[in-house]
Amino acid sequence: MGLDFSVVPAFAGVLLTGALWTIAITLSAAVLSFFGGIVFAVIALYAPLVIRYPFRLFAWLFMGTPLLLQLFLIYFGLIQIGIDLPAFVAGVIGLGLHFAVYNSDIIQSGILAVDKGQYEGARTLGLSRIQTLRKVVVPQAVRSVVPPIGNNMIALLKDSALVSVIGVAELTLSSQMAISRTFRPFEFYVAAAACYYVINLGLEAGLRRIERRIQLAR
Amino acid sequence: MSDRPIIDIRHAAKSYGSLEVLKDISLQVQTGQIVAIIGPSGSGKSTLLRAINDLDPLSSGEVWLDDIQVNKALPTRQYETHINSVRQNIGMVFQHFNLFPHLSVRDNITLAPKMLKGISKAEADQLAVEQLNKVGLLDRIDYYPSQLSGGQKQRVAIARALAMKPKVMLFDEATSALDPELVEEVNLVMKQLAEEHMTMIIVTHEMGFAQDVCDRVLFMDQGVVVEEGPPDVIFRNPANERTKNFLRKHLKGQH
Amino acid sequence: MLRVFPFFLQAAWVTIQLSVLSCAMGLVCGALGAAARLSRSPALRFTGATYVSVIRGTPALIQVFILYFGGPQIGIQLEAFEAGVLALGFNIGAYMTETMRGAIISVDRGQNEAARTLGLSRFETFRSVILPQALRLMIRPLGVNINALIKGTALVAAISVVELTYTAQRYIGSTYKPFEMFFLAGSIYMVIIYVTGLGVSWLDRRVALK
Repeated sequence: MGLDFSVVPAFAGVLLTGALWTIAITLSAAVLSFFGGIVFAVIALYAPLVIRYPFRLFAWLFMGTPLLLQLFLIYFGLIQIGIDLPAFVAGVIGLGLHFAVYNSDIIQSGILAVDKGQYEGARTLGLSRIQTLRKVVVPQAVRSVVPPIGNNMIALLKDSALVSVIGVAELTLSSQMAISRTFRPFEFYVAAAACYYVINLGLEAGLRRIERRIQLAR
Repeated sequence: MSDRPIIDIRHAAKSYGSLEVLKDISLQVQTGQIVAIIGPSGSGKSTLLRAINDLDPLSSGEVWLDDIQVNKALPTRQYETHINSVRQNIGMVFQHFNLFPHLSVRDNITLAPKMLKGISKAEADQLAVEQLNKVGLLDRIDYYPSQLSGGQKQRVAIARALAMKPKVMLFDEATSALDPELVEEVNLVMKQLAEEHMTMIIVTHEMGFAQDVCDRVLFMDQGVVVEEGPPDVIFRNPANERTKNFLRKHLKGQH
Repeated sequence: MLRVFPFFLQAAWVTIQLSVLSCAMGLVCGALGAAARLSRSPALRFTGATYVSVIRGTPALIQVFILYFGGPQIGIQLEAFEAGVLALGFNIGAYMTETMRGAIISVDRGQNEAARTLGLSRFETFRSVILPQALRLMIRPLGVNINALIKGTALVAAISVVELTYTAQRYIGSTYKPFEMFFLAGSIYMVIIYVTGLGVSWLDRRVALK
């Protein structure tokens, strides 16, 4: 059976819908992972010990195990204890939490990298701990954390393909639907790869713009 | 016979885009001569030195070592073979030493002789001992570069270059990166080489050293040799206004 | 838990095999890729850059699918395990290409100049001066690549290779003890990653500069 890419255009609509879902799940998970990363970083750095240590264990577990395993736990595992999440929600939570842990790591070192003199300067002015964080530390930390978080977002886009395994009809699963009708896996997986590549280019361009704007704000 | 220069630079020119860093420079160096090149930074003196072994190729002009043209136009493959054999005759010492950090002092010195001259391990060891003796660092033979002071590193770098038995030695600001108290030990080694009539071309900021050791001094500015002559003339009685200005500023800065 | 433990161990062995084989292949691809990207030939440089860009710009899961499901269409018929090893190795090789290239170009330029000045050829300089220093610089970042690879082996569960994640999924979905099964599989991954990390640190210390 030779290759015949002419079967692809007939399924352009299916692939496009899938691509939109991929973008939707990537963006939702990115937002969750960003804010989750901030919350996790604050917990890891400032929460009382009884919260901090269990949290670190959780973070350690999430960083040391495969994303796919975590998705299985969230989707198939939670059903067992009576929590039946829609696949999309499970996918967003799984991807979002996974990358939140990685982002938290970056944000922590970003916060720690802000010069100690900055804290002291702010505190002597009479700013509270929270005010110091919000007005002095965070704006400075943001600059150093944006590029590595951007890299995580690029990884997130590609890892979003994994949620096809729990039945989210994104790009990968859409191409599988086309394959089940045409029996042409090579053509459709290559087509899907091309779509991912284009979305990836767009994401990279967007991240570069954000980085440049942050650099300018210096 | 002794009239033929060992180094002959003919109409050397080099530019980066519209920036001319060397403008039609010719220079002959006789065997055993010691030439200092001085001048402000950006004057092109390092570029000229690095053109001699084609590390920074010229845009036009020729460089000859004895009866071999260094920067001969050859197809890539042939040029590689040619330049590698030419460079074995031209030792070079860098401002930042460039010792190989993963090799012991001994291996730094013997790496090239072993690879290129096919000498045995025993001969190589003998060579390392000889060269280290010369620079007074025999006791450091099994040290690694990170365990040496800057002055010691530079002396090892000189020994490494000498181990190839070069016909000419090039020094590119060999003491500029050193703490002041370490400069002298390197200068001493270079003086000793001068006494042995090694042909040397020395780019330097140290006027005192140039005056003591060199036969000729070239003052370069903006890509040209503004003035050249014996050290006494250049330092005591320069003819050119730019030379005078440079020396005045420089001597003031130094003392 | 005790009943399923032997199955997990068996699956862990498959995960280890996947990791080791695809790591070996990744190192080969990485070395070739880095050589291509640093080559003097524009055609090779373009090939290397395309390899890195395409592989890093698309999901590893899709790459596995193309090879395993699409392979037969172009005359490549592979067992799931073989396809997994090849696709994972080819994938991590693109990341390793960048790691190795980065290490090589971060060796100080003066090292190259000094060696060339002594008369060493490009190749001799690379072999005895640049490479030994670059190897030291690349061990830790390659360790990061390998860490990602070990976790990445999980995705061949999607082509039914009975490795750790596949096995865990089966029991997560059927035992009513999802968290226990997750922890069991997770702990095994952590052990594999921890031991690998020890190996990387050991290697890094061994070749550290004196």
